[in-house]
Amino acid sequence: MVDITILKRPRTEGVLTQRKFFKKTARGKVIKVLRERYLRDDVPCGVGSCRECKTDALPFEGDMSHPLFASGHFVLPDTNVFLSQMDLIESPLFTPPIILLQTVMEEVRHRSLPLYNRLKALTKMDDKKFWIFYNEYRSETAIIREEGETPNDRNDRGIRKATAWYTSHISTNRPPLRGQPTPKLPTVVLMTEDAANRQKAQKSGIYSISVRKYVEGMREPTQLLDLLAAEGANEIEPTKAVAGRQALYPEYLPTATLIAGVKAGELHQGHFNANQYNYLEGSVPVPTFTKPVLLIGRENMNRAVNGDVVVVEVFDEKEWKAPGDEVVDQDSTLKNDDAEDSEDEGEGEAHEVLVKESKLLESEKRSSEKQPTGRIVGIIKRNWRAYVCHIDSTSLTSSNTTSLSQQTVFATPVSRLLPRIRLRTRQAPTLIGQKILVTIDRWDETSRYPEGHFVRALGKVESKEAEQESLLLEFEVPYRPFGKAILDCLPPEGESWVVPLKSATSPEWKGREDLRELLICSIDPPGCQDIDDALHARQLPNGNIEAGVHIADVSHFVHPDTPMDSEAASRGTTVYLVDKRIDMLPALLGTNLCSLRPFVERLAFSAIWEMTPDAEIVNVRFTKSVIASKAAFTYEEAQIRKDDPHQQDALTQSIRLLNGLALKLKAKRMAAGALNLASPEVKIQLDSSESSDPIDVEQKEMRETNSLVEEFMLLANISVARKIEETFPQTAVLRRHLPPPRTNFEKLQDILMKRKGMKLDVSSSGALATSLDECIDPKEPAFNTLVRIMATRCMLSAEYFCSGSVGKDTFGHYGLASPIYTHFTSPIRRYADVLAHRQLSAAIGYTSLHASLHSKPYVERILDVVNRRHRMAQMAGRASVEFYVGLALKGRNERESKTAVAGQKAEVTEEAFVIRTFRNGVGVFVSKLGIEGLVMFKKDMTFDAENYTITVGETTIAVFDKVTVRIEVEKDRNTQRGKVKMTLVHPIDSSGL
Amino acid sequence: MASRVEILNEGGYRSDGRRQFELRTIDIDLSQQGHADGAAVITHGLAHVMVSVFGPREAKMRSQTIHDRANINVEVAVAAFSTGDRRKRSRGDKRILEFAATIKSTFEPVIQTSLYPRSQIDIFVQVIQQDGGLLQACINGTTLALMNAGIPMLDFVCAVNGGVHSTSPLLDLTLLEENDVPNLTIAVMPKTRKVSLVTMETRLHVDRFEEIFRLATEAGLAIHGEMKGAILGRSKSLMGSIELGSQQRSGNTAADAMDDDD
Repeated sequence: MVDITILKRPRTEGVLTQRKFFKKTARGKVIKVLRERYLRDDVPCGVGSCRECKTDALPFEGDMSHPLFASGHFVLPDTNVFLSQMDLIESPLFTPPIILLQTVMEEVRHRSLPLYNRLKALTKMDDKKFWIFYNEYRSETAIIREEGETPNDRNDRGIRKATAWYTSHISTNRPPLRGQPTPKLPTVVLMTEDAANRQKAQKSGIYSISVRKYVEGMREPTQLLDLLAAEGANEIEPTKAVAGRQALYPEYLPTATLIAGVKAGELHQGHFNANQYNYLEGSVPVPTFTKPVLLIGRENMNRAVNGDVVVVEVFDEKEWKAPGDEVVDQDSTLKNDDAEDSEDEGEGEAHEVLVKESKLLESEKRSSEKQPTGRIVGIIKRNWRAYVCHIDSTSLTSSNTTSLSQQTVFATPVSRLLPRIRLRTRQAPTLIGQKILVTIDRWDETSRYPEGHFVRALGKVESKEAEQESLLLEFEVPYRPFGKAILDCLPPEGESWVVPLKSATSPEWKGREDLRELLICSIDPPGCQDIDDALHARQLPNGNIEAGVHIADVSHFVHPDTPMDSEAASRGTTVYLVDKRIDMLPALLGTNLCSLRPFVERLAFSAIWEMTPDAEIVNVRFTKSVIASKAAFTYEEAQIRKDDPHQQDALTQSIRLLNGLALKLKAKRMAAGALNLASPEVKIQLDSSESSDPIDVEQKEMRETNSLVEEFMLLANISVARKIEETFPQTAVLRRHLPPPRTNFEKLQDILMKRKGMKLDVSSSGALATSLDECIDPKEPAFNTLVRIMATRCMLSAEYFCSGSVGKDTFGHYGLASPIYTHFTSPIRRYADVLAHRQLSAAIGYTSLHASLHSKPYVERILDVVNRRHRMAQMAGRASVEFYVGLALKGRNERESKTAVAGQKAEVTEEAFVIRTFRNGVGVFVSKLGIEGLVMFKKDMTFDAENYTITVGETTIAVFDKVTVRIEVEKDRNTQRGKVKMTLVHPIDSSGL
Repeated sequence: MASRVEILNEGGYRSDGRRQFELRTIDIDLSQQGHADGAAVITHGLAHVMVSVFGPREAKMRSQTIHDRANINVEVAVAAFSTGDRRKRSRGDKRILEFAATIKSTFEPVIQTSLYPRSQIDIFVQVIQQDGGLLQACINGTTLALMNAGIPMLDFVCAVNGGVHSTSPLLDLTLLEENDVPNLTIAVMPKTRKVSLVTMETRLHVDRFEEIFRLATEAGLAIHGEMKGAILGRSKSLMGSIELGSQQRSGNTAADAMDDDD
């Protein structure tokens, strides 16, 4: 059993053993704090073979190699030595035994946590001789602050006292033996940069020396001299406790001024977009200028967070600049920044950060293209929400998992567009390595970072559940299970609901056509459960062809003004993640009652065309119907069936018929100028349905049958759009794709011209399609796809709109080259389609239109939500793919390192195209994996912004060059964020750069 | 910056210079306090508590009498000046009531209440200065005051708190440590080593719990030694006065004895 003792604290020494101080809380209340201190005589000195202390951490003789101290010495540095000369101390060449005082440790910890952590690591290193002496607990060396003494002076005095004690302690423990010469005693050297401190030390007979003098006196000083911090930088800073808090950001103007300014045209309003490559830069697109207003530097961005609606003041045209072409990473620049500095920001290290940042800004040599610059003078609306973050582990004061103390830490958002958030929490240590949800509470002008609070933990980093939930939260996807009120809207029969027997009285059959005899089939991706479309085609006696598209009749189940309807409207769309689907409608409808599954009768909304064999539409009719699908094919099955000459059954024939028509429809569409766009689409190969461990990534395959389905869906959508627009010219739910402004293409055109000598004609969608077809590099088949992807990024995104809200000349769909378009074919997963169904149903006189769909503001409001949800769903889906690509890469790396032959380094390398060049890196696109990455160089390279090239050593890399990159997944040490790291392998290995 | 204090540093020292298993200084004063039948003033480090015991006496309220044993009444008052920020707590404060109830239930099985049917024992606890281990100070003070009042008890009740920082157990926590580490207070009866109170308001892993539980029991015994010493010392000085008095009475007049006492 351990020895349990009771310490006695003598009352008479109350002054020394009790500490009383006043503390001001965050609220400004002053609290008196009383602490005890138990002084002891058993704090060991650490010097070898000490009679009293019996320790041997430091050599008995001290260090004998320094010429100044022939009889050996120990170094006792003060706080500022560690604060300013840490590099020197860390150097392997600097090896004297060092006595580290507790006072010094605590002061370092107080001043800078990162430095403290470095110091702590040093004390544990084998090749360094460190001894920590707890001078504040030893009765001889403990001191208290005297009246009128600053904390700094008190600490200095404590350090001097400890030095003096060491000297006497060593001498008393090595008494001269009779008959032998008095032993030479090693010197304890007080190392300090403070001249006043040295003077006082000298007065009391303590040997002290400055760092520079000490190093200069060494045998081989040259290498170490380089490590010394510049002189002058190490002036003793006054304690910061007194310094008032300084405003770091300009104040916002009052709202009235802002509104007046915007009205008068002096100020401009817009959404703030942060730059994901450079945290010190952001932009605000405003209607007045064709180019967005650039905001450079923290002060000009003035506490705006991505997505806020802000008001900017534009600078004089002389100050206009081009955006920086360097990657500036917040994590690496600010890694030494301290979370708890909230109290005394604007001084000390805070100042260093500012200096560093302003240097970064200056060093960016900006290219000639100028863009308006400005600064934010006010915020109209904050768009703050909960952000998914990681705790920055270096900002922790104590990483003890049982610690319940409150700490101020940094949370780094997953999104690179957001600043770090400072938060106070009692559970910081347990949150490390977890994804957590943090909301921003406020951002004062005196605080460099916004302040927020912890909402909840999502789970371990890289666990699928946590990543999934964080994706959903990050993209604001509502994912809660459906409530009871919503489920009550489902048919009471539940799973057993069937289409009732045909009779004149049954409400289901009223006005419906009986199409159960038709040979209808559905073609979908494998594993599809929510089948919302099915097709049929048959030869008519007059030589024409009848083709039909049958869409799940969702509006039969989802009635306006019900809880289910409003929930679906707010969800807007079903979200597809790699391993999860977040439904817009309850699963009973989506995957069963509405889903056009084979061999069962289902209600449908059909569009039936009569077409000539040349795919000219003779007429079209829409009807509610009852169908019974005969088969559910995957694209692949349908393709095989169609191509197999032995299959001659009626169903196969009808697929061939459909395919023939689809080919002609597509040809017509292309002739009209439709674009064949490309986006990086990959498919994640999952291990099995249970484990969902990704095995590999492959590109999605496009088959003829994909295009078959696509053509008929387009046709149905266009036909429906015409019909509902004709009937409801004010409130029809349509979809459009505006032609992109020509300036969007300028950069791409320029790159293509300069790098490949190719021209891109963007005068119309048809011209663009033709010139895209001509962008072919015979040696690189993937080049064309790359250009298409880049061209797609220059375009605007398609959107839903209400026909009465915009001019009729802007109805067009640019990408499809169709004058009018809507979404009708996927009502199970898109809410706009549900609206289109209701409108079409009213247009054919099947039902009357609900009053809400007659109201333009209502439709506009719903479509606004749907548009946003749609965009978010796309991004969430992409992010999910990205996460799985990361996992797959990690898996592949592991597998390859397992199988790798000994001595051979296993790595994943892929071919990639350069798509962007920066001053210190290149952006690459790996088409095989569909991911984009950044290759960073530490050194500055020769960068030619005009020609989009960067020269590394002898090799020049330009945009569109094909390179080989090594892909690794590494976990960021601080943020726990798994990130894909790429390095060049060919034409030049960048791992050393 | 309270959060910047290390609970247990690399050298094995706690923030106040103690090591893991070192208890804070204990001061016990058992002298007469006013009208109380028995009183004790105890400090554990900076926690400072005064306990006065009245009784056994007739219950003030008829309804509170129990026919076969004495009723124990515990009242706790926290001085407004006992913490750094002056704050007045009302009597009805739920925390204080719970505190009193804890003390009461700790002593109910120890005091031989059945010797005093239909009577009441009042224990008034006055917290003068707060620091970590307030409950242990109150319990230890109550034990001493009860003994000082001559109320028969089965055994001492010695309380001590402990916590676990990471994996290292700590004994006798200060307020600073109490705020940081999961902690528990136990009260042990040293003769039988029975534990009459275990209380914990934080969460602690069950493996760690066992360790700290054993250690705290041991620490209780250490505190017992200190308390016993104080009681013996007090008894000795009282006995000394009695002997002195009786000697003087046999030789001198009563008036002289009075003078001597002064």
